Amino acid sequence: MLSTKNLSSNIVLGQLYALWLREIKVFLRERSRLVASTFTPLLWLSVIGSGLGSTNLQIGTDYEKFIFPGIICMSVIFTSVFFGSYIIWDRKFDFLKSVMVAPSSRTTVFVGKTLGGMTTSLFQVAIVLVVGIALGINYDALSLLQILSIVLILSFCLTSLGLTFGSYIESLEGFQLIISFVVFPLFFLSGALFPIDNLPAWLKLITLIDPATYSVDALRNSILHLGTYSFEYDLAVLLLFTFIITIIGILSFRRMKAV
Amino acid sequence: MISVKNLVKKYADFKALDGLSFEVKENEIFGLLGPNGAGKTTLIHILATLLKPTEGGAIVNGFDVLHNANKVRQSIGVVFQAPSSDDILTGYENLKVHALLYGIPRKLREKRISEVLDLVGLEDRKNDQVKKYSGGMRRRLEIARGLLHHPKVFFLDEPTLGLDPKSRETMWKYIKKIVREEKVTIILTTHYMEEADMLCDRIGFITNGKIIALDSPSKLKQEIGGDVVKITFKDRIPLDKDFTKFDCVHKVERKEKSVIIYMEKVNSNLHMLIKDLDGVQNIEYNKPTLNDVFLKLSGDYLSGDSPEGGFMQRYAQYKKS
Repeated sequence: MLSTKNLSSNIVLGQLYALWLREIKVFLRERSRLVASTFTPLLWLSVIGSGLGSTNLQIGTDYEKFIFPGIICMSVIFTSVFFGSYIIWDRKFDFLKSVMVAPSSRTTVFVGKTLGGMTTSLFQVAIVLVVGIALGINYDALSLLQILSIVLILSFCLTSLGLTFGSYIESLEGFQLIISFVVFPLFFLSGALFPIDNLPAWLKLITLIDPATYSVDALRNSILHLGTYSFEYDLAVLLLFTFIITIIGILSFRRMKAV
Repeated sequence: MISVKNLVKKYADFKALDGLSFEVKENEIFGLLGPNGAGKTTLIHILATLLKPTEGGAIVNGFDVLHNANKVRQSIGVVFQAPSSDDILTGYENLKVHALLYGIPRKLREKRISEVLDLVGLEDRKNDQVKKYSGGMRRRLEIARGLLHHPKVFFLDEPTLGLDPKSRETMWKYIKKIVREEKVTIILTTHYMEEADMLCDRIGFITNGKIIALDSPSKLKQEIGGDVVKITFKDRIPLDKDFTKFDCVHKVERKEKSVIIYMEKVNSNLHMLIKDLDGVQNIEYNKPTLNDVFLKLSGDYLSGDSPEGGFMQRYAQYKKS
């Protein structure tokens, strides 16, 4: 649509900061969003964790601990995909138009939004991590660093995915579709709730094309030392997914109608 | 300041803009009037680089809207029809976000934010969340926001839509102040004729994507042909009566039960016209207003029909939403 070549990098940084600042302030002030997105992971940990945990599964650790990395990813999945698709709201009222008539490129708007998504995911994950201590999970400097990087990459990836869908979907009803067709499959097929080693071939195949699978596995590696693949392999595949989805996202964003 | 040449915008088979051409001079308030769906907002969207024209082009502040979009964007400020400020942020925060988007240097930023807040009289409410603002204050905040980066051209798409009469008058006061203090050229769309009459230096009437009249409000009113008299009869218009034979009469339009007469000096001439006239039910007399010009140009003069759009116009609206 238009290039940023005649804008200095200083201005682009300022624009990114502006878009990020807006998202963070909105996020912190919308209490209901904050409460709901914090409460859901806790509910899963306590109800599903203890409920299924009482059935004596053969997974090498307590079930609560086993799903803990999955619940971290769950809060990232929900927060990030929705964050991206809030672009539908921005279009509904004229905020997006007012950003589009400013001399900023769409790529900048895209990246600003993903930065916002990453930051809010970090808030959520921090809360889940504190709950983890109560479950008897021990972190060290390395595992915290690994959690941080996986969470940041996954949230970047999934905010991009949300923005991609958001750029095509015009109605708020379409928003609901995102839940049933994107968010739930991403979560349920990621191996967050069950080990993926012994799945039937067709199901295993689907889990392999879910970027969240590699995040769950990476976190299980670093927190519980129980991964299916190595941490490095998980990280590499996740980065590959993120790269591809971001490219698709930026392209979709550029062709999105402004009005 | 703005030069529009042969602008065409097609949606499938429907032409929202059908070969528009006009010029806007520096420092004038230019009004765009026309029925709903006439193409006013489409035109503003094209001039603001949000839409690409199907054919033709436009120059804004010396820059081509197609090939130099970034320069155009730096030259313009826009207040859209729908609210576009975040109501969960404060007035000040909304302005700060936009100052950053426009790359206003840190040193100038705070000064400029208080300048525009002061300009629209919101300095004392700047730390309130926008959801606590009234409709008029919200509009004024968006005006302030549009002016942050010293634009040369300022687009106002129905700035007083949905405001009560008092807020509307306040808004007019601020719009006049802006032209005086900020030295901007304003393009304004509106449905309120008294607003256009009071604010605009020149007015372009758009119908079905074409400009059908363009002049100053006073010239437009003159063109309607002096004073307007509407004589309504009980049953039907007497067929033998020829109003055009009087020198003072410019033009006569016959409707089912009434005639509309455009004439000079109603006060001294009316008695001649209605002498010997039988079956008169009612006589209305009006100084022409822009409303009359509007109704005449959109083809429903004094007939009592609303100037709201017909099928094609509604179709255009539908396509847009």
